[in-house]
Amino acid sequence: MSTTVLPTYDDAVARYEPVIGLETHVELGTNTKMFCGCPTEFGAEPNTQTCPVCLGLPGALPVANRAGIEATIRIGLALNCDIAEWCRMARKNYFYPDMPKNFQTSQYDEPLCVDGYVDVDVDGETFRIEIERVHLEEDTGKSLHVGGATGRIHGATESLVDYNRAGIPLVEIVTKPVTGLGARAPEVARAYVTELRDIIRSLDVSDVRMEQGSLRCDVNTSLNKPGEEWGTRTEAKNVNSLRSVERAVRSEIIRQSGILDAGGSILQETRHFQEDTGDTRPGRSKETATDYRYFPEPDLVPIAPDPAWVAELKAALPEKPSVKRARLREEWGISEVDMQSVANAGAVELIEETIAAGASPAGARKWWMGELARRANETGVELAAVGASPAQVAQLQALVDEGKINDKLARQVLEGVVAGEGDPAQVMSARGLEVVSDTGALQAAVDEAIAANPDVAAKIRDGKVAAAGALVGAVMKTTRGQADAKTVRELILARLS
Amino acid sequence: MSDVTKMTAVQIAGLIASGEASAVEVATAHLDRIAAVDERVHAFLHVDREGALAAAAEVDAKRSRGEELGPLAGVPVAVKDVIATRGVPTTAASKILEGWKPPYDATIVERLRAAGTVSLGKTNMDEFAMGSSTEYSAYGPTNNPWDLGRIPGGSGGGSAASLAAYEAPLAIGTDTGGSIRQPGAVTGTVGAKPTYGGTSRYGLIAFSSSLDTPGPCARTVEDAALLHAAIAGHDPRDSTSIPQPVPDVVAAARRGATGDLTGVKLGLVKEFSGEGAEAGVTAAFRESVEALVKLGAEVVEISCPHFEYALPAYYLIAPSEASSNLARFDSVRYGLRVGDDGNRSLEEVMSLTREAGFGPEVKRRIILGTYALSSGYYDAYYGQAQKVRTLITRDFTKAFEQVDVLISPTTPFVAFPFGSRTSDPYQMYLADLYTIPTNLYGGPAISVPCGLSEGLPVGLQVMAPTMADDRMYRVAAALESAVGTFTPPEL
Repeated sequence: MSTTVLPTYDDAVARYEPVIGLETHVELGTNTKMFCGCPTEFGAEPNTQTCPVCLGLPGALPVANRAGIEATIRIGLALNCDIAEWCRMARKNYFYPDMPKNFQTSQYDEPLCVDGYVDVDVDGETFRIEIERVHLEEDTGKSLHVGGATGRIHGATESLVDYNRAGIPLVEIVTKPVTGLGARAPEVARAYVTELRDIIRSLDVSDVRMEQGSLRCDVNTSLNKPGEEWGTRTEAKNVNSLRSVERAVRSEIIRQSGILDAGGSILQETRHFQEDTGDTRPGRSKETATDYRYFPEPDLVPIAPDPAWVAELKAALPEKPSVKRARLREEWGISEVDMQSVANAGAVELIEETIAAGASPAGARKWWMGELARRANETGVELAAVGASPAQVAQLQALVDEGKINDKLARQVLEGVVAGEGDPAQVMSARGLEVVSDTGALQAAVDEAIAANPDVAAKIRDGKVAAAGALVGAVMKTTRGQADAKTVRELILARLS
Repeated sequence: MSDVTKMTAVQIAGLIASGEASAVEVATAHLDRIAAVDERVHAFLHVDREGALAAAAEVDAKRSRGEELGPLAGVPVAVKDVIATRGVPTTAASKILEGWKPPYDATIVERLRAAGTVSLGKTNMDEFAMGSSTEYSAYGPTNNPWDLGRIPGGSGGGSAASLAAYEAPLAIGTDTGGSIRQPGAVTGTVGAKPTYGGTSRYGLIAFSSSLDTPGPCARTVEDAALLHAAIAGHDPRDSTSIPQPVPDVVAAARRGATGDLTGVKLGLVKEFSGEGAEAGVTAAFRESVEALVKLGAEVVEISCPHFEYALPAYYLIAPSEASSNLARFDSVRYGLRVGDDGNRSLEEVMSLTREAGFGPEVKRRIILGTYALSSGYYDAYYGQAQKVRTLITRDFTKAFEQVDVLISPTTPFVAFPFGSRTSDPYQMYLADLYTIPTNLYGGPAISVPCGLSEGLPVGLQVMAPTMADDRMYRVAAALESAVGTFTPPEL
C-alpha cells in the first residue's frame, strides 16, 4: 500500500463511528499457581518456580486451585455478572514453546461468569460497558529471544524460556462491542480499564500493575460510516499502560480512517502498540493457526460453585470504587470533575492513604495530582509506580505545614524522594533544603537588602507596607529561596517601623 | 524351596513373612528368570536389577527389625513403561521419549513402594498404549509365551507376558480400551480395569485422559485383588480421582474363591455373545457360563443396544484427547530432538522430531483426533461421540438395575500371529470390541482365564457398576475356582 495521508483525529471521528472491544487479562495474586503448588512470586530466578505439573512433564496432572476459582467468581460478582452453576475448563490447543503442554488450560463455551457490566464516568457522563464473559485460564511461560536487534524471535540466535509464569492463574475479562462513543471512544476505553483496575484492586485479588504485566489489555477497534455495518476490527496488543489504552484506540481510529478514506480495506489482524511512537504496527500474522480445537479439559472435574457460597462471596464484596469515590468526594470536599481526574489518574487510593498517614485532603491531592502526576506523565509510568509512597507524601506535606520547607523547596525534596534518596526529612537535611527561619541568620540578609534599596525602605517607612514585597524578594534571592518568606517580611517590617 | 517364580504373590509373601525366603532371594530368582527367557519373550524394555535388589534388601531389613510387613511385601512387580518411575527410564515404548528418566514417581509407584513390592523394571507395550498387539512398540514386539509367534495382546502385552513367562508374579497395566484385559485374555492371565478414578492417573503418561485407568495384572484373581487394593484409593494430585473408599476387593475375591455364587445375577450381553467372535472363543465362553450357573449364579440375557456404537465413539474420543495429550512432545523440554542444526526454525525442529519420534499408529491417531476436534467437525465427531458415550452409560445403568454384573468374552479372538492384523487398522481395533464399552462408561471390568481354544487361552470378562469393583472379583474368583488356572508350555 502506498503511504496514506493521515486525517486528523477530529476529521476521523467526524466521518466514522468507532466500535471498540476490550479483552483484559488479570494475573491473580494467589500464593500458588492455578493447577499446582508452585509459588507465584514475581521476579524469581528463571525456572526456579516450576514442578512436573507446570512444566507439563509426561504423566503430570493439574488440580484446580480453589483460591483462583474464588477470585474469579468475586471479580465476576463485582462486575455484575451471573455466575455459572456448572462449567468446565477447556483445552486451547496450539504449539508454542512457552506453553509447556502445547495447550492452554482455559475456558471456552462455558465461562465461569457471564453477562455483566461496568459503568464508567467520563467528564460527568456515564457510559455502561457490557461484559460478555469473565473466565479463568493459566498463564504461559515467557520467551526471551537473544542475539537479535529487536528482542523478537526474528533474527535471534537463541531462544530461552522461563516457565516461572507458566500456570499462574489468569482471568480474562471480555467486553461486548461498545458502540455510540464517537470521539469519546479513546477516553472511555481508558476509563473502563481504570475502573476495572480499581474494582479488581478493591477486591485484593491482584496487584493489577500494567507495567509488571499483571494487568494486560488487548484493544479491538473498528470503524464504520454512520448507519452502516461494523467494519473489520484490528486487535492491538502490547498496550501496557492506561495512557496507552487511550493512545492505542486513538491511533487506530486515525490509521483506519486514513485507509478507509483512500478507499482501502482494513485487514483483520493483531497489531502491536508502540510505546515510543504511540501507533500500532502489524504483528506476526498467524492467520493459519487460529483453529484452537477447544474441547473440555478431561483432566479436571467440572467447576460447580455452591450457590450458597457464591451468595456469601457476593455479600462480602467490598465497597464499589464508584460508591467509594462519591463518599470520598464528600469527605474531601471536591467537585465531581476534580474527583474524576483523581480517579482517572489512578490516585484515589494513593490520596486516601496519604490522608490516612496524616495529610490534609487538599495537601494530599495537591502533590498527587500536581507534581507527581506531571512526573508520572512525563516518564510514562503509573502514578503508583512514580517512586513516592503515600506515607512519604504525607511526611512532605507535614514538613510544609510545620514551615520547615516552602512549596518550592518541597518540590526539590520530592525530586529527591522520587530519585530514591530517602524519606522527605532525610532528603531535606541531606540536600540542605531546610527553610532558614533562624532570625539571627536572616537579620543580616534583611539589613543588607534594606541598605541596598534605600528608596523602597523609605516608602515602607512612609507606611506603604505593600512595597515590602520587593525587599522580601531580594532576601529570598540572596538566601536562594531557603528563607521563610513570612519571617522575612516580619523582620523587614519590624526594622522599618 | 521350590521355584518361587511359579508361585502366586500370596505364596511368595507368605514365604518372606515366615522367613523361608528372603526378598532378595525372591527378587534374584525373578531377575534370573528374566535373564534366561526375556530374550525370547521381550516383555521388558528396561530391567532395573539394582533398584530391585535394593528394594528387596530394604524389605528384608524391615523384617529383621521386626517391623510389620504388608500383604505384598517383597513380592516382585513389573511396571508398564507408560508409568513414570523416578530415575528409571520411562519411554511409553516411543522413540520420542527414548532415555527419558522422570524426576518424579507416579502415585501408584509410590504406593507400590509403600506396600513393599519390588519393582523389577518396565514392561513393553504398544507405543503410548495405542494398539492391541505390542506390534506398535518402537522397540520391537513382545512374544506371547503360549506361542512365541503370536501376539501377547496390547497395549499391555509386556505386563501380561511377564506373568505368563513367570518373569514376575504381579504387573501393573493401564486400560484405556482394553489394554489390561485383552492381553490378560490372550496370555491366560488375570487383568482388571478398576473403576475410572479408583486408581490414580498421576504419573501415567496420558493417552486418553477420560478413559485411562491403571490396574493390576496377575496370574490369580486373589493376587490381582491384593495388587488392586495396594494401588487404589483417592489421590489429591488427580482431580478425577474418586474420594470414596475403595470396596474390599480382596475379601470379595476370597469369598468368590469358595465357589458359591448363590443369589448372584449375571447378565449375558446379548450383543456380545456370538457374532464376530471365533467359534473356539464362543465355545469356551459358553462352557464357562454353564460353570457359573453350576456355582449357583442366575444368568439372564441383557440387551445393551448402544454397545455396537462403542468402537466408533471410542475411536473419536480417544484419538481426540490423544492429539492434545501428545502435543507436549515437541523437543523443547525433554526427549528426542531432531534437526536442531542452528539453521532450522523451531517449527521445523518440532515437525522433524515428531515425524521421527512417533510411530505409524500414534501418527494415525493424532491425525484422526486433530481432525475430529477441528472447528466445523467437532459437533459431528467429538460431540456426537460424547452423546454415544452417554447412551452407553445409560445401557450400563439400566442393565445393572436388573443384574449384578455383565459378562462377555474378553476379546473376540485368541492370540493371533504377528503381522496378521497390522495392514488393516480396523481388524486390530476389533480386538477391543468387547472391552471398550466399559471404558466409555467408567465402570470396572476384569478378564479371567476361562478355557482354551486350540491350545490358546480364552478370557471371560466380568463388568460391574462403578465403585462396585468387589462384585467382579467375586465372580471372577468363583469362575477361577471352577475352571482352574492355565499353564503355558515351558519356554
